[in-house]
Amino acid sequence: MSRLWLCRKATKLAIGDAMLDLTYETPKPKVIAGAKHDWELVIGMEVHAQISSKAKLFSGASTKFGAEPNANVAFVDAAMPGMLPVINDFCIEQAVRTGLGLKAQINLTSAFDRKNYFYPDLPQGYQISQLYHPIVGEGEVLVDMEPGVARLVRVERIHIEQDAGKSIHDMDPNMSFVDLNRTGVALMEIVSRPDIRGPEEAAAYVIKLRQILRYLGTCDGNMQNGNLRADVNVSVCLPGQYEKYYETQDFSHLGTRCEIKNMNSMRFIQQAIDVEAKRQISILESGGKVVQETRLYDPDKGETRSMRSKEEAHDYRYFPDPDLLPLVIEQGWVDDIAASLPELPDAKRARFISNFGLSEYDASVLTAETASADFFEQVAAEHDGKIAANWVINELFGRLKKDDLEITSSPVSPAQLAGVIGLIISGDISGKIAKDLFEIVYTEGGDPAQIVEDRGMKQVTDTGAIEAAVDQVIADNPAQVEKAKANPKLAGWFVGQVMKATGGKANPKAVNQLVAAKLGL
Amino acid sequence: MSDLNALTLAGARDKLVAKEITSVELTEACLAAIEGSDSLNAFVHKTPEIALDQARAADQRLAKGSQQDPAPALCGLPLGIKDLFCTKGVPSQAASAILKGFKPEYESTVSQNLLDAGAVMLGKLNMDEFAMGSSNETSVYGDTVNPWKVDDRRLTPGGSSGGSAGAVAADLCLAATGTDTGGSIRQPAAFTGTVGIKPTYGRCSRWGIVAFASSLDQAGPITKSVRDAAIMLEAMCGHDPKDSTSSELPVPNFEALLTGDIRGQKIGIPKEYRMDGMPDEIEALWRDGAAKLADAGAEMVDISLPHTKYALPAYYVIAPAEASSNLARYDGVRYGHRATLDAGDGITEMYEKTRAEGFGAEVQRRVMVGTYVLSAGFYDAYYNRARKVRALIKQDFDTVFAAGVDAILAPTTPSAAFGLGEMQNADPLQMYLNDVFTVTVNLAGLPGVSVPAGLDAQGLPLGLQLIGRPWEEGDLLNCALALERAVGFSQKPNKWW
Repeated sequence: MSRLWLCRKATKLAIGDAMLDLTYETPKPKVIAGAKHDWELVIGMEVHAQISSKAKLFSGASTKFGAEPNANVAFVDAAMPGMLPVINDFCIEQAVRTGLGLKAQINLTSAFDRKNYFYPDLPQGYQISQLYHPIVGEGEVLVDMEPGVARLVRVERIHIEQDAGKSIHDMDPNMSFVDLNRTGVALMEIVSRPDIRGPEEAAAYVIKLRQILRYLGTCDGNMQNGNLRADVNVSVCLPGQYEKYYETQDFSHLGTRCEIKNMNSMRFIQQAIDVEAKRQISILESGGKVVQETRLYDPDKGETRSMRSKEEAHDYRYFPDPDLLPLVIEQGWVDDIAASLPELPDAKRARFISNFGLSEYDASVLTAETASADFFEQVAAEHDGKIAANWVINELFGRLKKDDLEITSSPVSPAQLAGVIGLIISGDISGKIAKDLFEIVYTEGGDPAQIVEDRGMKQVTDTGAIEAAVDQVIADNPAQVEKAKANPKLAGWFVGQVMKATGGKANPKAVNQLVAAKLGL
Repeated sequence: MSDLNALTLAGARDKLVAKEITSVELTEACLAAIEGSDSLNAFVHKTPEIALDQARAADQRLAKGSQQDPAPALCGLPLGIKDLFCTKGVPSQAASAILKGFKPEYESTVSQNLLDAGAVMLGKLNMDEFAMGSSNETSVYGDTVNPWKVDDRRLTPGGSSGGSAGAVAADLCLAATGTDTGGSIRQPAAFTGTVGIKPTYGRCSRWGIVAFASSLDQAGPITKSVRDAAIMLEAMCGHDPKDSTSSELPVPNFEALLTGDIRGQKIGIPKEYRMDGMPDEIEALWRDGAAKLADAGAEMVDISLPHTKYALPAYYVIAPAEASSNLARYDGVRYGHRATLDAGDGITEMYEKTRAEGFGAEVQRRVMVGTYVLSAGFYDAYYNRARKVRALIKQDFDTVFAAGVDAILAPTTPSAAFGLGEMQNADPLQMYLNDVFTVTVNLAGLPGVSVPAGLDAQGLPLGLQLIGRPWEEGDLLNCALALERAVGFSQKPNKWW
């Protein structure tokens, strides 16, 4: 099974009616050199993605972020006596959509179970989840590492569950406070197989998953607000062991794993994995045993810590929630959702490469978000794709980044940018003037052609005027003329001088030709 | 007119519509009876002002009533509500210390349905704590005393709907709501000479009823007659989008289906219900009831429900398991009782002290049993096995009904009412045996009705239970009416309170 990495893999993608072969190499696993020998990392992830829904999973309460504490709480969220959960169908649809987006099996019958434990921010004393019969089965995520290199991470399952509330311990020295706004908000728990082989892959997996969720519209992926969080399962093994596991699906070939809870930053995910792997290696190399447990990452100290001791180990006493009937959905409904899926990142990127002749890198950048891909496509509809990509990525994205703006709030519309590019192609302005024009459009707005007209930015193509300027520069600099005749590379200096004299509006091509001719080069 | 409180729902309704009496008069008669009934301890929270307001509104509605625009079914009829139902702005404690002072901001669907049908609420009725008990002795309010009495022996009205059954038997109200998880409507009805029906699981919304065991709990009425049960059940049930387990099936007009004609009906006598050590008079009552149904034209057939003996153990795994989870919310964090804490106590101490103080012994026992049977390593041996047994029990009934049986006749209880305190030191399992004839019906989700069928040698009422096909409460009540007519039970307890 050493074919597993550095082997050529292929997958087929539908581009319109055509099928496109997408080939990639799998990356090498991260190897950490221990004192005695090398170790490899094995990582599985449980990503909790908040379902984009205005109402909670089992109540009509709002999910709006940033409300006053306990403002978004229905009776059932507060677990008042006799209150019952009622499934929000929209959340189910979002989970199915997500499953379809990850090419996963959709289970037409699933069921909700209660996970019992006591905590003040869990009013019912149990979380409603799906242990035994999740709504989504096996799927996959193709994780891009670099052009031509990707890891196919298998998704084991996706289940739907309730989020808990928030306990606040630092408002008062003697009391704790509880905010139930988040209680009962719908989450999807996306569980991967342990197919991730390094910290960078782990971050890339979350990035790719987040991208797909955002394309699907099923989760906004806002990690700062906690709408996307990951539990990371880390273990280490000797080289060769993972392949044995992969072949047999027998976990005994792998090391004991620890789960690092509740990570909500790509940077911390990578740091935590690295730190945890090294901790495990040092335990193993000194003859100890890794204890399977839940740990927390402390970014200040750069260490992971055990969350609870053994005697407090939870027995969640899962059992089917008797308040909810099994969730039965129809294949027709699933088919309708499948038919309404948008073009997803892999397909879109492949299409950009094949239809617009973009590099894989440019295609990846443009398809990172649907909004930027849509923007690009509108610009590219009118002009050459490569030029459009160049302008969108280098000029527009660069300018937006300077102002910390999203593509969705770009001051320049696709039509305006297409207008700027159109003026270059028609030869009305030079590339250099175009950058000035872009800045004017960006800061002041307006129709690019009109601006060029009004401000006299049109390129001078009148050879007579250019010729006069060339003659003038040659006449003023006899010494330079002599040097240039000896060394033709110096012709560029004359071109620069002419451009300066014409305020940058002279057609550079014409200037080049005239300078060469006049200098007799 | 005196003794208006002794009227049935049907009788009072007819007099109200005929304008012979007013709802205020009727309600005042009940309130007076309640005032004089403290020694029964059935009403634990009285709402006379609410009742009279509702009665006055009902009288106005009745005054406007006409053939084209009749007043709703229960207009002006005073009822008692079991404390397990959340009633808006009125204490709703499930007879537990842990819900001390709890006044819901919402009205349970069933009690709202009754109010929408014009009913008058007299107050809240005593019960076993969280509906866990068969004798009304686990209530934080103290025992309800059965209005039926032998000499000076104070008897249990049964449980958990003991307050409801006692109040109806003592004519404190015309009828009352109950809930039945393992027999909690039918057993007290049998002990008090009243009629109690547990409808098919899903007929009544559970929304707003304090949950005991969600897959078994059902609300139903306790009334003075089968006709009243039909009238009140129809008003209580119906689809509720707030309860995912509530049925969307239409609710028939149960009263209109009451003909008392059961000719040609096939009624099964399950041999497994004839248990060792069953008192002769229970056996005789059962035989007599069967004979009377046969006289009324029914065909009596012997049937077998082979998994019956496993029902009680399965029930006492499933019900506590669900209860242990359902009662986790009573943690002192948001409402109800919270223990006073010592310096240095943390959240764990708060949970432990609050729940130790707030829950009575029987509730604690069931929470612990439920926690145990769901715990890792025991789940399959107990909970999963109990679920399988449950499926087999349901299958037993399905098979019998598929063979053409229309209803099943069995005793409701293995004995008449026993003395309060008499079981105090007994093994808790002895108390659980009270449910032996009733739990199968809950496990299978079927409708079951208890009809008073006679008196035992001491002069205490005994009940017979009819079990029906799912969703066929109409047929079941019709069969119950035939039984009621055939046995002609009309005795009332002598007023001693």
